[in-house]
Amino acid sequence: MQPAPVMPKTWRVDTKPHKFCPGCGHGLILKCLGEAIDDLEIQSRVVYGCDIGCSLLSWDLFNLDTVQAHHGRTTPVMTGIKRARPELICIAYMGDGGGYSIGVQHLVSSAMRNEKITVIVANNTQYAMTGGQMAPTTLPGQKTETSPFGRDPGTTGMPFRGAEMISSIVQEGAYVARGSIANLRQLTGYLKKALKNQIEGKGFSFVEALSSCPTNWRTDAARTWEFIEKDMAGYFKVGEIKIPGRGEVTADA
Amino acid sequence: MSEKAVTEEKRVFMTGNEVVAWAALAAGADIMYGYPITPQNEVMHYWTRLAPKYDKKFLQTEDELSAGFATAGGVMAGRKAFTATAGSGSVLMQEPMAMAEMMRLPTVAVLQQRGGPSTATVIYSQQEVTLTTIGGNGEGMRVVYSTAGHQELYDYTIKAFNTAWKYRFPTFVLGDGYQAKMREPLTIYDPETRGISLLEPEPFVGKEGEPGKDRPPAQYRNTFNLEEELYEKVMSDIREFEKVAPEIAEYESMETEGAELVVIAHGIVFRAVREAVANLRQQRFRVGGFRPVTLRPLPVTQIKELVAGAPKILLVESSYGQMARLLKEVACGSATEISTFFKPGVGITAGEVEARVKEIIKS
Repeated sequence: MQPAPVMPKTWRVDTKPHKFCPGCGHGLILKCLGEAIDDLEIQSRVVYGCDIGCSLLSWDLFNLDTVQAHHGRTTPVMTGIKRARPELICIAYMGDGGGYSIGVQHLVSSAMRNEKITVIVANNTQYAMTGGQMAPTTLPGQKTETSPFGRDPGTTGMPFRGAEMISSIVQEGAYVARGSIANLRQLTGYLKKALKNQIEGKGFSFVEALSSCPTNWRTDAARTWEFIEKDMAGYFKVGEIKIPGRGEVTADA
Repeated sequence: MSEKAVTEEKRVFMTGNEVVAWAALAAGADIMYGYPITPQNEVMHYWTRLAPKYDKKFLQTEDELSAGFATAGGVMAGRKAFTATAGSGSVLMQEPMAMAEMMRLPTVAVLQQRGGPSTATVIYSQQEVTLTTIGGNGEGMRVVYSTAGHQELYDYTIKAFNTAWKYRFPTFVLGDGYQAKMREPLTIYDPETRGISLLEPEPFVGKEGEPGKDRPPAQYRNTFNLEEELYEKVMSDIREFEKVAPEIAEYESMETEGAELVVIAHGIVFRAVREAVANLRQQRFRVGGFRPVTLRPLPVTQIKELVAGAPKILLVESSYGQMARLLKEVACGSATEISTFFKPGVGITAGEVEARVKEIIKS
């Protein structure tokens, strides 16, 4: 008999296995998030919001009250809930398309207003559910369905460093970090700190998680890890960027 | 909780936007989310001044998408939440309202129509009827009250919250720039003293107890695996909407019995029609007037009776036939002669309606 897989307490067992592709990073990030929620013992106070794109497949992943909103609009839905019921802990989970493109005005504005919510952006450098188009995070030269000859920064700009942008506009009290599925213990720690920041009412909290999409990257296991740990991490520095009481910190800390 | 905003009946002289703010307070609204756009701005201006006194909340969002989605969030949190917008804001509002339709969220939105598509012509129009009734990428499962003055803005804003929370369809109060900015006398009152009991909101998420242990998690989605799954969901909402539609539908009619011609208009244009019909009756023209108060759902039975009974119908509106399209669908198959008088984005006077009626009758 196979041993039962270890799942966070906040995960729904009856909806497993989850619906993500083999090798997808979402399951890992959401496992870290589940563990963070377990450790903080906040399951009965959390409202979880997921976006459109692959993140929507998590609409029944947790034993948490959940709203699956429209593309990029998870941030204002969670903002609306938090403003109406500040005692709830609101988590907006989305991909880099939802966070940095179609919903970027919501992300920027909620960060500037210092909304007491936690936004998590899974960055896999492209739009996965729609079949692998170029995203604001696509690396220079990276081939996608809408940049089939590789992203040309001359005509499409440079990849968007979302966490750094957020850290430059938030006020004291905000927490900003970038983790990676290549270091799950660290990522869980960041998510826990982000949630704690919300619980303590200090300010906006934001975690970007470098994630994988071998399906659209068309990579094998070795190249998938190399892409995350070398290509992506080389451009998107992993580490805490803003910690309340400590101001700006250097990435890679 | 804080004291009531409106306790005793009072005659007041207010702009329509101020009326909306007072009505929302009287209806027990908890929070408003809004983004500036003329001519609804003063709804926010009055609300932000009144809100702290009565322990209410306000959030100015970054755009109408956010205002609409945050209103959806406020409602899901179990609070009476509302927003107000107009014009291009109504366009952006379609996306959140489409989600609200699908999730059956009792959102309330006050729309003060303005001329379009444009900027600058912020004064008046009836050009947001199509958007408000059936806009969005859905089937228009919404309730729309078109008001014809300040007393109605007060009455129907209060009613909108009850309708929304009773039936769980997004509910709209459709006004216009004239109603928003003009001052009129009206009576404000505590709805409970008039026997109107205010429905209590309930949380969709953030409910008592631990999900998965004390209760199943409350999970709302707008994603479906199969076309058939979506079809079942949409059809079940449509069936429910059609079932309650006759309870929700409202209308006003005057002198339609035995009329040779009935003028149909909605909202503030009907005030010109009222005056025109009274004048024409004095001149012994057999003319009546009819006004759908709800543009969604329409008072279908009454409209069908009207077109079956009256030889002639005149449709009047400050748009190029947005109400007419809705009515013609109901009247389809009738032999009644239908004439129109459309002035998109421009006000209509009683004199103009009278002249058009005479032209039709004499032809």
